[in-house]
Amino acid sequence: MLRWLFIAVLSIAVVGTAFWGYQEHQEKNAILIQAENNYQRSFHDLTYHIDSLHDKIGTVLAMNSPRSVSPQLAEIWRITSDAHSEVGQLPLSLLPFNKTEEFLSNIGDFSYRTAVRGLDKEPLNDEETKMLEKLYQQSGEIKRELRNVQHLALENNLRWMDVQLALVNHDQPADNTIIDGFKTVEKNVETFSESSFQEQLNGVSKNDDKEIKLEGGKINKKEVKSIAGDVFQLKDGDLKITSSGDGSDIKVYSASFEQDNKHGYMDITEKGGYVISMILNRDIGEKSIGLHDGMKKAEQFLTKLGYENMEAYNSAEYSNVGVYSFAYNQDDVRIYPDSVQVKVALDNGDVVGLSARDFLVNHQERDVSEPEITIEEAKKEVNPNVEIQEESLAVIDNDLGEEVLVYEFLGTLGEDTYRIYINASDGFEERVERLKSTEVKFDTSA
Amino acid sequence: MNGKKLLLCSIVFLLMMIIPLSSFDNVQKSEAFSPRILQKGSSGDDVIELQSRLQYLGFYKGKIDGLFGWGTYWAVRNFQSDYELEVDGLVGSATKNKLEKASQYNKQWVHEQLRNDREFTYYGGTPLEQQTKKKGGTGKSNQQQQQQGNQQQKNQQQNQGNQQNDNTQPQPTSVNVPSGYSQNDIKLMANAVYGEARGEPYTGQVAVAAVILNRVESPTFPNTVSGVIFEPRAFTAVADGQIWLEPNDKAREAVIDALNGMDPSGNALYYFNPATATSDWIWSRPQIKKIGKHIFCK
Repeated sequence: MLRWLFIAVLSIAVVGTAFWGYQEHQEKNAILIQAENNYQRSFHDLTYHIDSLHDKIGTVLAMNSPRSVSPQLAEIWRITSDAHSEVGQLPLSLLPFNKTEEFLSNIGDFSYRTAVRGLDKEPLNDEETKMLEKLYQQSGEIKRELRNVQHLALENNLRWMDVQLALVNHDQPADNTIIDGFKTVEKNVETFSESSFQEQLNGVSKNDDKEIKLEGGKINKKEVKSIAGDVFQLKDGDLKITSSGDGSDIKVYSASFEQDNKHGYMDITEKGGYVISMILNRDIGEKSIGLHDGMKKAEQFLTKLGYENMEAYNSAEYSNVGVYSFAYNQDDVRIYPDSVQVKVALDNGDVVGLSARDFLVNHQERDVSEPEITIEEAKKEVNPNVEIQEESLAVIDNDLGEEVLVYEFLGTLGEDTYRIYINASDGFEERVERLKSTEVKFDTSA
Repeated sequence: MNGKKLLLCSIVFLLMMIIPLSSFDNVQKSEAFSPRILQKGSSGDDVIELQSRLQYLGFYKGKIDGLFGWGTYWAVRNFQSDYELEVDGLVGSATKNKLEKASQYNKQWVHEQLRNDREFTYYGGTPLEQQTKKKGGTGKSNQQQQQQGNQQQKNQQQNQGNQQNDNTQPQPTSVNVPSGYSQNDIKLMANAVYGEARGEPYTGQVAVAAVILNRVESPTFPNTVSGVIFEPRAFTAVADGQIWLEPNDKAREAVIDALNGMDPSGNALYYFNPATATSDWIWSRPQIKKIGKHIFCK
């Protein structure tokens, strides 16, 4: 009797486990299919968008009137951005696919620039038309390759989950149609991207390509130690110095130390010995000095490092630290590209952070030209509903990455504060920013 | 007997004297500002007082949240220009003195409103009871409903924030955030940084946060913080779920540093741990530097 009962219970347990296992399996499959479908959608969307990109570029070539070219270029810009985000959703990040992504965003930049500049006044010149022809041909090649991969993937029921596995298990020879296909695309792009964009799009991809000039001679490790020890107020024995590798666009020495709950890190340029960034991490106690006094400390620190004519343009308090942004001031013109950020601990006023990369990369003695329009003329370009409260002259980087002289207006509209930049030579509204630096706390107890 | 009665009477009498006196004290006495100079970006008790006093005089129409934002800045400047002070947007002793003379401040009442998370205003000339609203529901909405008008009109605002214990100082109900980012972006990035680099030195954590931001800026990566973080196979912490660990304050501070422009990575786009890296390709990237266990590269 007992034996039978035992067998019955056991068999129920076995059946139950089997059922549970089956359900788990089903669920796992369902999730896998969902993930797979997401990948599939991104992939097919991508091929479709590259296709239409090719189409649109082709039609621009055939168009004549600027009135139809401009919207078409804007459309190209939108499609590249879509395609770009789809590439981002595919599990490709360990696969070298950056050239293709860069190619896409370069097309985007090119079409944006030409679309917004107003083709009525300045139609496409010969060079740009040639450029478009080239882009047309190149996007055609990418399109063909991608369509090919797509065809193979559909034909053989290839799954992106397998791509992911193939990329993870690197030991196996990667014989995967999708991976190979994307590699071919990448290789193709590599051959044409170098030549075609270099001259056309200089300076668009941030200031990465900008040549960085620093004044002064090379410094050695000993000098690094004395500079860093001075800023950290340490004896040099405690500092660890390393120098940067080949990938660094600015050659730097890094000095670091660890000392009872204190951690410091500093980058000093090899040429000239400038402090490019500094971090000092420690527990920061109760606030004992105000944000304003902290700013004085930040100013003193900058003066000590040899910065002159720096003007604070922003300050904010984050739990017992003050963060300040300074910009260079040249003859009452605020040079925004030459900016420095300083972080001050508000318990004792020590400077605990510095970021001077923007300043070091951009700073130079500029010929700031006289504004060609008066401030009254510039004000007329501002939306009449905005009540202008403060006005000044400034130099900013505009959307095309060029430095321009602007009138800077701070104004209010309703409850909001806006910063408006009006080009000081032609009155063009370069940029309008809504200034929002605070946010209502979300209920943290929830 | 009589003596005891007298004693009791005098005690009661004394108490009657003291209680009204002390509450009178709390209500009427102007709690003085601390000597710190306030400027845009400041936060804390002094700012609560500043905003209350400016609102009492009708210069400040926004929410009393303890954070010196743009709205407060313009209110200070308008006050300074009306009261013939130097118009600089800084609240130093001259401005404070003028403010204290011109306005009244009921610290107890204002703090009570803040502690209890009520919507309230503090206009002079209007009874305080009419300027507060018992909170209904959880009050998650962050819109401001405002009726502009003269000081007599009811001017309602919503006020929300951390519930505080009754005996603590009320905290500002707003926070500073780096321009263009929300607390939620900071939280998401802090999650990623904590999941990826919690064992690393502080600089290494700032560098990881900076890599995320460098990717957002780069043409070869998605253009949003969330896009970069959730890009398939980009971060191991996302793939194995460690991103959902609760980040600590250090990770959060590192993220704020990075958002404020710190980049110890030297403009890196990739990083890897040489001990666990599975891809040969990553080794082919030009290396910038090593911080902690991570190698950062272009």
